[in-house]
Formats: sequence, structure tokens, C-alpha cells
Amino acid sequence: MTNSSLTGDRTGVPRRAPGAAGDAPRPPLETQGGRRGMRPRTRSAIVTWAFILPAAVYLLVFFGYPIVSNLTMSFQDFTTATFFTGEAPWVGFDNYVAVVGSGLFAKLTANTAIFTIVSLTVTFLIGLGLALFFNRYFPLNKVLRALLLLPWLLPLIISSAVWRRMMEGETGILNVVLEGLGLSGVSWLTNPDIALYSIIIVNIWVGIPFVMVIIYGGLQEIPKDYYEAASLDGATGWRSFASITWPLLRPVVVVVLMLGFIYTIRVLDIILALTGGGPANATETYASRAYHLSFVNFEFGRGAALSNILIIVSLIVAAFQLRANKRASDLAG
Amino acid sequence: MPHALANYSRTAIGIVIVALLLFPVYWMLNTSLQGSENLLETEWFPFDLSLEGYQRAIDSQLGNLATSLLISIGAVIVCLAIAAPAAYGLSRTNIGGRSVAVFIVLLLITQMIPGIVIANGLYPLYNSAGLLNTIPGLILADASHGIPFCILLIRAFMQNIPHSLLEAARIDGAGEVRVFLSVVLPLSRNALVTAAVFSFLFAWSDFLFALTLTNGSTVVPITLSMYVFVGAHTQSWAALMATATLASIPAAVLLVIAQKYIASGVTGGAVK
Repeated sequence: MTNSSLTGDRTGVPRRAPGAAGDAPRPPLETQGGRRGMRPRTRSAIVTWAFILPAAVYLLVFFGYPIVSNLTMSFQDFTTATFFTGEAPWVGFDNYVAVVGSGLFAKLTANTAIFTIVSLTVTFLIGLGLALFFNRYFPLNKVLRALLLLPWLLPLIISSAVWRRMMEGETGILNVVLEGLGLSGVSWLTNPDIALYSIIIVNIWVGIPFVMVIIYGGLQEIPKDYYEAASLDGATGWRSFASITWPLLRPVVVVVLMLGFIYTIRVLDIILALTGGGPANATETYASRAYHLSFVNFEFGRGAALSNILIIVSLIVAAFQLRANKRASDLAG
Repeated sequence: MPHALANYSRTAIGIVIVALLLFPVYWMLNTSLQGSENLLETEWFPFDLSLEGYQRAIDSQLGNLATSLLISIGAVIVCLAIAAPAAYGLSRTNIGGRSVAVFIVLLLITQMIPGIVIANGLYPLYNSAGLLNTIPGLILADASHGIPFCILLIRAFMQNIPHSLLEAARIDGAGEVRVFLSVVLPLSRNALVTAAVFSFLFAWSDFLFALTLTNGSTVVPITLSMYVFVGAHTQSWAALMATATLASIPAAVLLVIAQKYIASGVTGGAVK
């Protein structure tokens, strides 16, 4: 829902509404305002910017400042002591060297990559399948679709707590079912070889509604007569999916995958609540490690360095998304 | 009729899919209703109904739920107070499409910044401003989850308000503030309600700022309290799941309200 309106907006930007004509004839305002030295057009633009100003200030403090402060901190020896002494000596790239040079970095990178790519691929495939399934009319379609949104709307901590109960050692329902089927139970959250995939399962469960909603919106945009024309030519089922649905869905798919990537690589709540990065760092990613460095070890400089690495990876993908998206809308005309 | 039959078999498959995907939600409710202390394994159905979990959840978590409620309502107010005027400004055409486009790209970029970056960068600022461990501090930080989204949402709605309505008010001598307050805002009611619902949900779900910008003892939102609860290797799952259920209620209730407004926002149009 968030993103359908985001994409809708981008195309809405260059629109020239009738306001261009509406601005000129406005003598009453000018005389009331009493600023005779200013052209009415300039004055009305200033008023408009005044409406935007609080938001601009807020964004500057709560997004601009943290980004800059994160950047400067990453070049400083910034620890708990800094809050008392006010001293944070400049250390150049030492924090980055320490973070990348640590024995853990390769593991963090592998965990982050596996977590993000596996989560995203499976979530996308299931979400696409569900969207295709719900794209045909059948009784209760709308109600069932609304119910599917629930996992997405629950606070992540709640979902994590429930899954933690379900994955609990002997007594969790997943192992009860497995043992009931004659299989052996799995140490979902305590086995270092499995824990990462358990977290991925939970993350997939949380993400499915997001993918489904956006893809469903995209499917609804495809004119139904395309399919009718194709079925006259004998193309149904897989053929019609491959030659009509998929090509027309491409721009939506690009947006889903890119946003999905950005939202997945930074996941923190699920990891902290399910395993806390353990066992033996098996589920520690860039995001969770950055949290641990800053807020558990109080090595803010190193935490900032690692979260900057995270932001760089995210922004490279974001830039790629904007370009791909632009190309897709250029193609659409 | 094979066609109708195919439809109903789709409904059946759909119900199975939804049941599977919502199983964890059922399990939360189910566990919350099985309160006996020594029950290690949760039964499939709560035949042995006990509200002990809820009793304990309310006894110990009511204060934290109230804290979350206070913070979320505060965040909604901050969010709307900042987003609604900005949305109006950005829906006007007298400041040039280019600057509007730049601002909107900035809004989109904010949504791509990982939360840990914001938390890490805000911490020193909050420390020196005395905002750590305070409710106003969390309100301001939690509003950041909603503000960019709300601006985009409300602006998209305001763009569709017929220009003639605004022009008519201006010809009657209304200034821009007056036009905004008595014409634009009432017409945007549906978008404002939807924005309020979502910013409430975002703030209610916040965990990262609660975790990083408090020390976990004075100001404890429900998400943070649940995290501590889960981390303590709890055996009292009924109480934890009862807390989880209580904490899900606002999300569920507000979703129902929002769905109504989303639908009417799409079909109702701006002119009554």
C-alpha cells in the first residue's frame, strides 16, 4: 500500500495543473498582504514554502542530521566516554579498517547476503503465486485477501514472539508436528547451521502480504481483453502468463524487488527478538552487528562505520531501482 | 455448472491458504488462553480455557500499554501537524514542478535509510538535548516512521481537489491559511484519517527507537517490554501471548477502520 502510492506519485510530479492560469488574476490578495514591493507570484510562492517549512526542518533534524552525524562519528573514536568528556578524537579510517578487518566481517557479509537474497526470492515467488491466484474472481476473494494482510500489520516484535514460541525446543508446535509425523525435531533457533534459515522463514512470512498486495495491484492494471484476444489465438495458461502477464508486470516486479531488497537488508527487530544474532553469530547481519557495536559495546564509531557500509549497499540498490524504474516508465510511454 | 464449481473450489483453496498463513495468529490466541503454569506443551485447542494469562498480562503490562498508547497518539499529532501543511504546499503549482520533484525524491530517499543509521546518529543529539528516556523524545522519533509516507499520501489526495473550489474561496477573500484550514482540510478528511491510522500503526510497532533511545527502565513501550520478556527465556508463554494479543488489538481495530476509509477515499472523490 505504501509503495503503490509512492510509484503513483512519481508519475504525478511533472503534472501542470490549471494553477498556472489561476495564479495571475489575484489582486485582492496582494493589496491585503500589503507587501507592495513584491510580485504577487513571488509572495504566493513564499506562502507555499511556509507550509512546507516545518516538514523540511523535521526532515533535516530526523534524517539529515543523523546521516551526517553517522558519517562524522564513523571517523572518530566515539565511545561512552565521549558523552562525559566531549572528546572524540579523529581516527581517519580506523573504524572502517577495524570493522572490515575483523574476523567476523566475512561471516556478516555471507549472513546478510543469504538472509536478503533467500528471503526476497522466496517471498517474491510466494507473493506472485498468491497474487495470480487471487487475480481471478471467486466468492470470498476480497475477505480472504484482506485477512492475508494481517501478518504485515502486526508489530514485528509480536510476530517474532509468536514464532519463537512455535520454534521452541521440545514443546514448540513445529517440532510437535514433525515428531507426530515420525520425523525428528529441529533445533530451529539454537543450531548454528539452521538458525539463519529459521529467521528467513519468519521474515518470509512477514513479507508475503507486501509483495502480494503490490503485484496484485499490477495485475489488476492489465486489461482483460489482452487475455481474451490471446485465448482466441490459443494462448492460455502458461503461454498467456509468459507472453502477456510477465512482460506487462515487469515494471511492478522491478519496484517490488528493489524495495524488498532495501526493506530486507536492514531487518533488525526479527533477528534481535528471535536469536539476538546468535548462536555463535550464526544470524548476525550488518544491521544487527551495527546495533550491537553501538548500543551493546558502546563503540559508536565502529557501529557508525558498519551502518554506513549498510547504507551504501542500500543506496546503490536504490539508485539502480530509480534508474530501472525510469527506464520502465519510459518504455511504457 | 462446472464454472461455478471451479469458483467454489478456488474459494476452498483460498481458505486453506489463509488458514495456513494465519496459523501463527491463531497460535498466539490459542496459547494466550491456556494459562496453567505447569503446562509446557500447548494444546491444539483451548478446551481448558483459562484467562490467567490475560490476568497476568494486564497486571504487569497495563502501564507499558498506556505508554505505547500515549507515544503513538503523540506521534499521530506530530505527524499530521507536519505532514498536512507540507502536503498542501507540495500540491500547489506556484512553486515550480522542479523543486516539488526534488522534495519528493528526498522523501523517497528517507524511506530507504536503515533505522539503525537514524538511531545511531540521533543518540548523541538526544543525549545532549536531554531527550533520552523521555516520552516527547520517543514521540518525535516515532513520527519519523510516518511523516514521509503521510506527506506523499495526503498530497496525492490533495492534488485531486478541484482547483475551482480553492479559487472560489480565494475570490471570497480567504487567505492561504484560511483556504487550507476551512476548504482543503475538511475535503481531505479521508486521506487524513488514513494517514493518522498508518502513523499510529508505525509508532505503535516501533521497536528500534524504544530499544536505543531509552534505557529500558523509566519509559517502556509495550514492544520493548515484550522483547525483554522474550529474551528472559520465559516459561509463562500464556502471559506473553496474552500481552501480544492485547498489543495486536489496536492494529486490528484500526485496520478495519482504515479499510473503510481507503475504499471511500478512492471512490468518494473530493466534491461532495
